[in-house]
Amino acid sequence: MSTVKLTVNGRAVSAEVEDRTLLVHLLRDHLNLTGTHVGCDTSQCGACVVHVDGRAVKSCTMLVGQANGANVTTIEGISKGDELHPMQAAFRDNHGLQCGYCTPGMIMSAIDIVNRHGGQLDEATVRQELEGNICRCTGYHNIVKSVLDAAGRMKVSAAAE
Amino acid sequence: MGVEGIGASVVRKEDKRFITGKGRYVDDIKLQGMTHAQFVRSPHAHAKVKGIDSSAALKMPGVVAVLTGQQIVDDKVGNLICGWAVSSKDGTPMKMGAWPAMAPETVRFVGQAVAVVIAETKNQAKDAAEAVVVDYEELPAVANIRAAIAPGAAQLHPEAPGNVVYDWAIGDEAAVKDAFSKAANVVTLELTNNRLVPNAMEPRAAIAEYNDAEEHFTLYTTSQNPHVARLVLSAFYNIAPEHKLRVIAPDVGGGFGSKIFIYPEEMVALWASKKVNRPVKWTGDRTEAFLTDAHGRDHVSKAELAFDKDNKILGLRVKTHANFGAYMSLFSSSVPTYLYATLLSGQYNIPAIYAEVMGVYTNSSPVDAYRGAGRPEASFLIERLMETSARQLKVDPAELRRKNFITVFPHQTPVIMAYDTGDFNASLDAALKTVDYAGFPARQAKAKSEGKLRGIGFSCYIEACGIAPSKAVGSLGAGVGLWESAEVRVNPVGTIEILTGSHSHGQGHETTFAQLISERLGVPISQVQIVHGDTDKVQFGMGTYGSRSLAVGGSAIIKAMEKVEAKAKKIAAHQLEASEDDIVIENGEFKVTGTDKSIALPMVALAAYTAHNLPDGMEPGLKESAFYDPSNFTFPAGTYICEIEVDPGTGKTSFVNFVAADDFGRLINPMIVEGQVHGGLTQGIGQALLEGAVYDDSGQLVTASFMDYAMPRADDVPTYKLQHTTTLCPGNPLGVKGCGEAGAIGASAAVINAITNAIGNNKLEMPATPDRVWHAIHGQA
Repeated sequence: MSTVKLTVNGRAVSAEVEDRTLLVHLLRDHLNLTGTHVGCDTSQCGACVVHVDGRAVKSCTMLVGQANGANVTTIEGISKGDELHPMQAAFRDNHGLQCGYCTPGMIMSAIDIVNRHGGQLDEATVRQELEGNICRCTGYHNIVKSVLDAAGRMKVSAAAE
Repeated sequence: MGVEGIGASVVRKEDKRFITGKGRYVDDIKLQGMTHAQFVRSPHAHAKVKGIDSSAALKMPGVVAVLTGQQIVDDKVGNLICGWAVSSKDGTPMKMGAWPAMAPETVRFVGQAVAVVIAETKNQAKDAAEAVVVDYEELPAVANIRAAIAPGAAQLHPEAPGNVVYDWAIGDEAAVKDAFSKAANVVTLELTNNRLVPNAMEPRAAIAEYNDAEEHFTLYTTSQNPHVARLVLSAFYNIAPEHKLRVIAPDVGGGFGSKIFIYPEEMVALWASKKVNRPVKWTGDRTEAFLTDAHGRDHVSKAELAFDKDNKILGLRVKTHANFGAYMSLFSSSVPTYLYATLLSGQYNIPAIYAEVMGVYTNSSPVDAYRGAGRPEASFLIERLMETSARQLKVDPAELRRKNFITVFPHQTPVIMAYDTGDFNASLDAALKTVDYAGFPARQAKAKSEGKLRGIGFSCYIEACGIAPSKAVGSLGAGVGLWESAEVRVNPVGTIEILTGSHSHGQGHETTFAQLISERLGVPISQVQIVHGDTDKVQFGMGTYGSRSLAVGGSAIIKAMEKVEAKAKKIAAHQLEASEDDIVIENGEFKVTGTDKSIALPMVALAAYTAHNLPDGMEPGLKESAFYDPSNFTFPAGTYICEIEVDPGTGKTSFVNFVAADDFGRLINPMIVEGQVHGGLTQGIGQALLEGAVYDDSGQLVTASFMDYAMPRADDVPTYKLQHTTTLCPGNPLGVKGCGEAGAIGASAAVINAITNAIGNNKLEMPATPDRVWHAIHGQA
C-alpha cells in the first residue's frame, strides 16, 4: 500500500491504495468520479482518457504512483458551473454521442487534439488523431463534426479570454 | 409541426448527463456491503471437468466464497433457454443440449464458466480465481461449421447427433425446381458471412442484491429488455417469482443485440447474492466480452438465381449452414430462419424461393442476434447475387435491379413476408443522383490513369422491423408476444411522465418519445420525462431490438395518449361549459373552437386530481396505459452505393463516396435517425473490411481483444452522404418504419460489390483486408 497525493479537478486529494492500482480505478472507485470509463483491457478504446498535467492520458495505463503529484482533470472537471466546455457543447449540438459510454474519453481526447493543433484542424487530421478512441454507436461522422465545430468555438473563447 | 414536435431535429434531452460524466451505468453503482465476483473460465474449447479444488483460493485474502457449477445445478437453478422453437423440415423439434449457468461436467467453449469467486474486492476475486485449480480432461473440438458436420466429427451434445440442431426449410421446392428448369440463365454464388463480435463499448455488468427479510432480489444489469430478463429469470431459472425480483437497466452503453439475452453471469450473481447474503457485483472485462457475449452472423451459403431471357428473375434457391456456437442462446434459433430466410426476396419480384438452413453446434461462443440479426445475412446474399448476375449477364447493375423491383404494394413474397409499402425506384434514383452515377466511367478512367482501381457497388436492401405481430410470431414458434406497453401520467401540475417498456441504450428515446407528446399537446419537451428500464416503475414491456422502439413502443404511447386526451377533453369541456366535441388542443391549451375560451393543461390536470368539479361519474386522476400489438412488420428499405478506390500495389481500399438513400417512413427526429444510419453503416463497413472473429482449429478465439479484432476507427470510414425518401408505413399510427439496423443490413454488400467491381475478380471474402484484396488482384503467389 502507498499513499499518493495529487490534484484532481482542482481539488487536492490523498489516498491510500494498493501499488497496483491504476489511475482509472482511483478516480472511479476511491473518488467516485465515474464519468471516466473502462471499455477494454488493452489501452485501445480510449473510454478512460483524462488529462494529466494538461495532456491526454489513458488512465487505465497509468499506475496511481505515476500520477503522484500530478494535476489530473476528468470529464467532471471541464465545465465552469453550468457553462459547458465548448467541446461538450459541440458534442451535444452535433449529436456526437449516442450511448454516451465512449463520450467522456472522446471529449477529453478531442480537447487535447484541438489544443495540440492550435485549432488548425481538418477532417482527415481529426480522423487520424481519433485513432485511440473507439465508438461503436456514431460511426464517427458526428464526432468528427463535433470536434471541428468545437475547434472553432475554442478559438473564439480563447480569443475572448 | 411544433418547434419540438415531429420532424424537428432537436438536440437530445439525455445528452447533458453523458457529456458531463454524470451518466449512471451499472459499474458506476456501489451498494453497501457489496462483494465482487470473478469467474473461473475454461481455457479449453471442449473438456470434461474432472474436479475443482478451491482450497487454496478459499484461504486467500478477502475471499468470501468459491461456488461451482455443481452447486448451481444442485440448487436447481434452471438451464439457459432458447425462446423460439424451430422445427426441422421433417417436423422434428430442434435438438438442444442443456446449458447450465456454470458447467458442472463438460465445457464446450473457451471462456465458459466453471466456478465463481466472491471476494471483498475485485482484485482479491481475480487473485483467488487464479488459485482455483480445475482438473480438465481435454476432448477433441470442432471449431467451425465444416469441422462440425464432417463425418466422425467430435460431438458436442448427445441430444444433437451430427452436431445438427435443425435442418429447416422455407418455400416451395418444387416450384423452384420448375423455375430453374425454364431458366435462360442461372447465376451461382458461394459466400461466407463472417462471424462478428458486437462489442458495445460498455462491457456487460450485473449487481445482484438479496434482501433475506423480504426474500426479494434486485438486479442492476446491462439489459436491452429488463422485463424480459425478469420474466425469464423467474419463469425458467427459478431465481425468484416476478414480484420478488426487480430488474433495473440504468444507462446502458450500447447493445446492438448483445444485451438482449439473459446470460449466465446475471444468473450466477443473483444466486450467489443469496448464497453469501451480500450484494454481488460482476463487471466483465473486454476479453470476457469477446469470449462470452453472443456473437453474430457466421453463415456459409450457396445461392442460385434463375433468370428468363429478359433478365427477369424466375426463382431463388439457397442452402445455408449457420453456426450456433456451443449452446442455443435466447433467440438464436430464429435468427438464421425467420429473421433471415423470410427476407431473401429482397426488393425483387421472385415468383419462387426455396431456402434450406442447417443450424450447427460448434465449440465456440454462442451466436445470436447482432444488429440486423439475419437480415444482414439475407441482404448480403441477395445483393451480392444481384451484382454478380449483372456482371454475368453483362447488364447495368442498377438497371437489372430496377427491372426486377417490386412496384405494386402490398406484395406477398413466397417466404411469409407481406411488404406493405415502399418505393424502391425512388431510393435508387436518389442514390444514383447523389453519387453521380453518370459520371462514374470518367472518374474510373481518371483513377486508372493514376494507377488506381476505382469501383462502384450497389446494395438495395429491405428489412423487416417493428418486431412483431404477436400472433404471427407465435405461430412461427416464438415463446413471447412482441407487443409494447406504455403509460402516460399527467401529474397534478401538468408535467408529463411517459413510462415505456422500450429501453434506450443510445437511441435517444428520452428525446424522440418526448417529441411525440410535444407534437400532440404543444408542450415543450422539457415538461416530459421518459421513464424506462425499471420493472418496479414500468409494468411490463418487451424492450428494444429489431428497430422496434418507435414503431411499436411509440405507437403504444400514442394509444395511451389518445385515452388521456379523450379524458382531458371531457374535463376541459366540463370546466369551460362547452361541448366535448368542440374542444381542440393547441400549444398546451384546451380551447373551445371558434371562441376565445380556453383552459391550460396544468389546470385540467389539477382539476383531474382535486376532483372538486369533474363530470358526474368520472374517476379522478389523469393517467392511462395501453398495449400496442403491431398488425404487421414494417419494411424499411433503401439503396446504398459505395464508390471505392483500390491501390493495386498494397490492396488497400479507400472510400471515395458512400451514399445511403433510406425510406424509414415518417422521421420524428431526423438528426437522431441520421445518427443511427451512420452507426449502422459503420458496423456494416466494419464487417466488410475489418472485423472477423477467428477461431483456430482447437477452438481458441485468437481475436479476443481490440489488439486482435479490428474495430472500425475514425479513419477507417468516410463521411456519409444521406438521402431520405418517404413512403409512410400504413401499419402504425405514426407511419414510421424503424431505422436502427438499416445501415448494418445494407452496407457490407455495397462495399464488397464495389471492391470486386474495382479489381475485376468477384471472389472476395469478408473482411476484405488489404492482404485478401491484394491476393484477389494478383493471385495467391
